[in-house]
This record gives sequence, C-alpha cells and structure tokens, in this order.
Amino acid sequence: MANAISVSGLVKTFGSVRALDGLDLTVVTGEVHGFLGPNGAGKSTTIRVLLGLLRADAGEARLLGGDPWTDAVALHRRLAYVPGDVSLWPHLSGGEAIDLLGRLRGGLDSARRAELLERFELDPTKKGRTYSKGNRQKVALVAALASDVELLVLGEPTSGLDPLKETVFRECVEELRQAGRTVLLSSHILAEVEALCDRVTIIRAGRTVESGSLADLRHLTRTSIAVETATPPAGLATLQGVHALHVEDHRARFDVDTSHLGDALSHLTRFGIRSLTSQPPTLEELFLRHYGDELAEAV
Amino acid sequence: MRTLTGTSTLIRFVVRRERLRIPVYLLVMVALIASTAAQSKELYPSPAERNEYAATVADNPGLIAMVGPTYGVTNVGGDTAWQWGAFGGVVVALMSMFMVGRHTRAEEQSGRSELVRASPVGRNAPAAATLVVVVAANVLLGALIALTMMGFDQPAAGSIAFAASLAGVGLLFAGIAVVAVQASQATSGAYGLIGAVIGASYMLRAAGDVGDRTLSWLSPIGWGQSMRPFADERWWPLLLLLGVGAALVVAGFARLGRRDDGAGLVAPRPGPPVARPALTRPLGFALRLQRGGPIGWGAGLFLGGLSIGLTGQDAESILGDSEQVDDIFARAGGSVVDNYIAVSLLSMALIGTGFAVQAVLRMRGEESAGRLEPLLATALARARWAAGHIAMALVGTILILAVSGLGAGVADAISSGDAGRLPLLLGSSLALAPAVWVLAGIAVALFGLLPRAAAAAWGVLGACFLLAYLGPLLALPDWVMDLSPFTHVPLLPAADLSVAPLAALTAIGAAFIAVGLVGFRRRDVPVA
Repeated sequence: MANAISVSGLVKTFGSVRALDGLDLTVVTGEVHGFLGPNGAGKSTTIRVLLGLLRADAGEARLLGGDPWTDAVALHRRLAYVPGDVSLWPHLSGGEAIDLLGRLRGGLDSARRAELLERFELDPTKKGRTYSKGNRQKVALVAALASDVELLVLGEPTSGLDPLKETVFRECVEELRQAGRTVLLSSHILAEVEALCDRVTIIRAGRTVESGSLADLRHLTRTSIAVETATPPAGLATLQGVHALHVEDHRARFDVDTSHLGDALSHLTRFGIRSLTSQPPTLEELFLRHYGDELAEAV
Repeated sequence: MRTLTGTSTLIRFVVRRERLRIPVYLLVMVALIASTAAQSKELYPSPAERNEYAATVADNPGLIAMVGPTYGVTNVGGDTAWQWGAFGGVVVALMSMFMVGRHTRAEEQSGRSELVRASPVGRNAPAAATLVVVVAANVLLGALIALTMMGFDQPAAGSIAFAASLAGVGLLFAGIAVVAVQASQATSGAYGLIGAVIGASYMLRAAGDVGDRTLSWLSPIGWGQSMRPFADERWWPLLLLLGVGAALVVAGFARLGRRDDGAGLVAPRPGPPVARPALTRPLGFALRLQRGGPIGWGAGLFLGGLSIGLTGQDAESILGDSEQVDDIFARAGGSVVDNYIAVSLLSMALIGTGFAVQAVLRMRGEESAGRLEPLLATALARARWAAGHIAMALVGTILILAVSGLGAGVADAISSGDAGRLPLLLGSSLALAPAVWVLAGIAVALFGLLPRAAAAAWGVLGACFLLAYLGPLLALPDWVMDLSPFTHVPLLPAADLSVAPLAALTAIGAAFIAVGLVGFRRRDVPVA
C-alpha cells in the first residue's frame, strides 16, 4: 500500500468553530512526514480524527488502509501515538505507564524498552505526579518507540526535551526511517522538521496551504544574495523574480525567487563579481511567507 | 515581616476562589443543625417525654460511642449539641483540611505556587492568607450557629459554647492541616495524614465516652464536647483548642520558613519500574486508579451500619411517638425496630450511591485530564476501557452495601442476642443494590451522551435523597415518588423480599449502561 495516511477535504466543527475546513494530507508509507502549522491551525484535531477519537463531519480519511473511526482498535495495534502534552496518572510510576500503554497496544519489546530508558535517561520508578514536563514526554516516547509498529503519530513530541534528548529523539526517528517505518511528525520546530522530514504539509486555519518534498518547497522560496561587483550592477530591478533590492555603489542586496536564481547570477557576471554570499531558503522562510501576514498584523 | 508581603492580595484571591464553597458549606451546616433543633423540639414536646428520651440514650453505650456524652440531652439545645458534637467536629475538621490543602500544598504540587512566589510575595504569604480565610470561615460558622440556636429560644451561653466548641475544633484542625501540608509532598498524602488524625480523634473520644472519658481528653473533638454546651458550660477547653491550634500554626510556619518550595519531610517513594500484568487489564487498571474509593466509602458505611445496629433495638424509645417519623417509616410496614433499621439501611444505600456515582464519573475525570486519549490511541476499545470503571462501580456497590449490612447485623445481633439477625440485615442491605445500580447507570448514560453534563448525576442522587426524606412528609403524589428507584426496592427486614422490582431495577440499570456505552462509542473524545 502506497499511502499510510490519506486525508482529503476533512471538515470538523466544534459548535460554531470550524477547526478543520477541507484539510488534505497524504503520508506515503515509509516516509517521515512533517506536519506544520501555527497553534490552533488544526494539527491536533487532524491527529485525533486519524486516531478515531473525533468523528469528522465531512471528508475522507484513510489510515493504514482502514477507516480510522470504525477500525480504530485494529488500526491502533499497528500505530503508536505521542501527544504533545502528556498527562500521566499521578500514582502510577513511569515504568507502569509505559507498560500499560505498550501492552494495550499489543506488547512491547523489553530489551528495546530498557535501551530507550537508558538513552533518554529516564527513571521509571518515579511516580507520574513527580515528573517534569520533559520527563512525562519521555515516558510517552519510550512507550511509543519500544512498540513494534508500522506508523508513529507524533504530536509535538519534543516539547520540553533538552537538546541532548532531542538529539536522541532524532536518532530514533532516523532509525525508524531506516527500518522503513512511517512517521507523522507534527511540530512547529522548523529545524527539527528540516532535519528529519522527507516531505512536509503546512496547514493553516484548518486548510492545507502547501505540501511536498522539502526540495519542491524550497523551489518556491527565495534566496538572499549579497554581492560586490567590479562595476556598479545595473538593471537588476528589471529582472524577473528579484525582490527587496538595495543597490549602493558596487554592492547589491536582494532576494530572488529560487526559480530565477540562474538568470540573476548570469546577469551579475557582466559586472565582474568580486564577492558573493547567498543565504539558502529555509523552512523558516517558507513558514513566514505563509503566516507572515499574521505576524504583520500582530506587529 | 517581608515573609508576609502580598498577604492581603492573596487573601482576596483565596476568598475569590472560595466564594461559592464557603457560603454553601456554612448554609448547609447551619441548616442541618437547625433541622436537628427543630426535630428535637417537635419530637419531645413535654418534659416527661424529654426525660424518658434522655434516660434511654444515656443508657445506650453504642449511641454514646457514636455521638458523645449525654450532658444536656434533656433540653433542645443540649440535645442538638449532643447530636452534632462528634459529627459536627468531623465536618468542621474536614472543611479546614480541604481549605488549607487546596490553597497551600495543592498549589505547590501543581506548580502554580511557583508562579505566585516568583512575584513579590513573601514566603509565608500564601499560607498566611489561607489561614486568615479559614479562621474567618470558622468564626463565621460559629456566629451563625450561635445565632441559630438563640433563634430557637436557647440560652445565649449554651448557644455560644456550642458554636465555639465546633468553631474551636475547626480552628485546631486548621493548625493540624498547616503542619500536615508541610510534611507531605502530595496533597493526597496530607489529606490522608489529617484524615487519620480526624479518625483517631473520633475513635478516641468514642472509646473514652463509654468509659470514664480519660481517653476523650486525647481527642480534640472530645475537648469540644467537654465544653458541655447547655449543661453548665465549661469554657477552658476552648482555650485548649485555640492554644494548641496556635502552637501548631507556629510550628507549621517555622517549617515553612525553612523548607524548599514543593518539598516535604520525606522524599516520595519510588514506584515499581515495570507494571504487573493485572494493571494492563481494564478492570485491574480501574481498580488501581480507584481502589481508595471502596475502602473509604466502605469504612464510612461500616461505621454507619454499626450505629444503626447499636441503636436499632432502642428505636421505639428514641424515636418517640411522632407522626413525622411514622410517615417516613410507614412504607416499610414492619415492627418499629425493623422499620427503623430498614429505613436507616436505605439511608446508608443512598449515601453509598455517592460512591457509585463517583466511580462512574471518574471516567469523565480521566477524559478531562487528558489521560484517556493516549489509552484510546492503543488497541484498547472504548467499551472495554469503560467496562473496567463501570464494573468497579457495580461490584464496589455490592461491597460497600455488604459492609454496611455487616456493621448493622453484627451490632444488632449482639444487642438483640439473636445471631440470625446478622445474615438477615446483611441480605437486607444487599437487596438495595439494584436501586444504586440504576443511579450508576444514569451516570454512565450521562457520560456517554452528555459528557459536559455528566456531573448532573449528582443532582439525580440529590433528588433521590429529597424524595426519600421529604416525599412522605410533603405527601407528594405517587407518580413523583415512583421516579426514584429507591421507592421501589423492598425495605427489608421490615417488608418481605420481592424479586420482581429488583429484577426490573437491574434491567433498567443495565439499559442505562447500554445506552451510555453506545453513546460513548459514537461520540468525540475528548469533549472539552
């Protein structure tokens, strides 16, 4: 089966609030898929629909070839879930919570469990109420990663983790990719998504605004160029795809659509390039472009 | 006094958070005391009847153990003070405990105190603000009780002594609570500690009161009763209550001034690194989460059952000749003793229904706390998860009703000298289970269909209480009375066992549960 998750036109309303408004999401089997969006965009709602916790009002959702609502229990044997905000049972130890979640899923690999406890440096004997946020997160991560499942649904899984444990988490995801597992990684930590994901879907206000491989998306972004030339560069303003141009004697700074980068560079060579620095487009920029007007409004 | 900076702001904050609880608690407490006084006035109108009643209760060690020494039972005020001395002491102690715990240790445990303490607020300010409000609530309660008793034309000195004895016990337990919340890292641990002191205080005075009262002097509740309201009042035990309370507050604050935010006396014990197999089965899991419920409610109902058994054989003289009482007991239709026991067991079952409703609504609590979502994301079916908690409620009901019947049966068998009374009363209590199950079923249905309104199950239970107690007095029409499942259970041992209503109630309860489960399987999770 090609797609682990395929969602189209998903709608979910809570009273008068339209949390999902025709959302599309496709996760190919075996890929690590980034699921991006600002707070309140509908990431958690989408995940809850995929887990059969919420019933969609309209649209199509398929998960591992089944219907997430009617086949919930059978599908859940094949997936593991880590919520972004883990709350544990106050009087159960972390180890008990891990075993509870793992065994309900159909058992977990105790060697792998021990290995993960060590890698994440988690003490399983502490009671749920005494864990910090990061440690609660680790409990859920260990329970999920120690299960032998096809699909991992991770909702902002690294919130509260320190950078060292974040690295451990990235290693674990890399291992999952090597093993051919599918991962849906919901996040707003762009560096994490850039480092881990094959493809990303960006959503906003319950709709998908962009979806594709990072290379595809970069293609849509702009590269920042700072250049110094032998003779003052002229005619840049007339080039297609050049934005935010500042020219000062022999120096120029501008952004260029990545698709027009070649034209801009060949234009510049006529003036004798002395030095040139370029900033590659980042996911950050992509994100800002989609949510930039919100930022502008906020300012 | 830099350690108290910000106290006045925090006092307003505590008052804001308690603005509903304190008035409700004060009004209920005063209303209950007023109704006792009114009943006492009505049940025994003539001095002769009062003296007969006083002689009977003074002769009943079981009753004295439950309630206290019979100092002024010959007058209305003294009778009210007698009936409320021990129970009232427990209630005011619990109020102080919860108020102190809620605004001190619970805040630390949740991490909210960090937020407050990071602002220019003194180390002792949160606890001091809490204490001010708790003291004010206890004093206000005392004032209301004193005014109420004077409203019943009782002497001012006795009214004030009675009020001060309860408020004094409340204040002393506020001191105990201030110390206990320093000791335990978990709010539940502090409550356990204080609860143990309350229980010990009650039991010590029970043991003392049936003897020469030496042991009663080890109990703060006993100190309150030693003020002898309406019977040649003594005032110095009040100083004992206030003095020890103040000393405890000083000790608590001394510890508070030296300890870390969030720290207790002992570090929390580690738990098991791996889960036992039972934990991962739905029933085992529900049992692990809720095991405190049947134990706590069972202990309470056992004591209640004991008191029924201890007083049962004296029912005739204690109840006297009153139409009111006849009305309430008329339904049962047996001898006075059996009527009294049957109706009292019904009261215990109504109280025990609180356990069943609580056990079912735990599901809603788990959902709201966000702990249901990760479980349902595993291969656990919704109905299976719910079944664990529902089984807990239904089986737990049988357990606590058995314990209530056992308490009544043992005591009654001893005081009547008839061993056969034990299985009879045990069975009588168990026969009430189907009515409790109906309420549990209603709670399941609400959880499944109207999760936001799940707490309305408590309202349904309240309505059943009202129908059981006020229905006969108000002569409500039959169809209204029939709305309560408790109207339909046969009231053993006074009435005969009839299986049909029990089967019907069980079926109704099962239908409610089925409807609730269907609703739960079809609805969104979590519903905010």
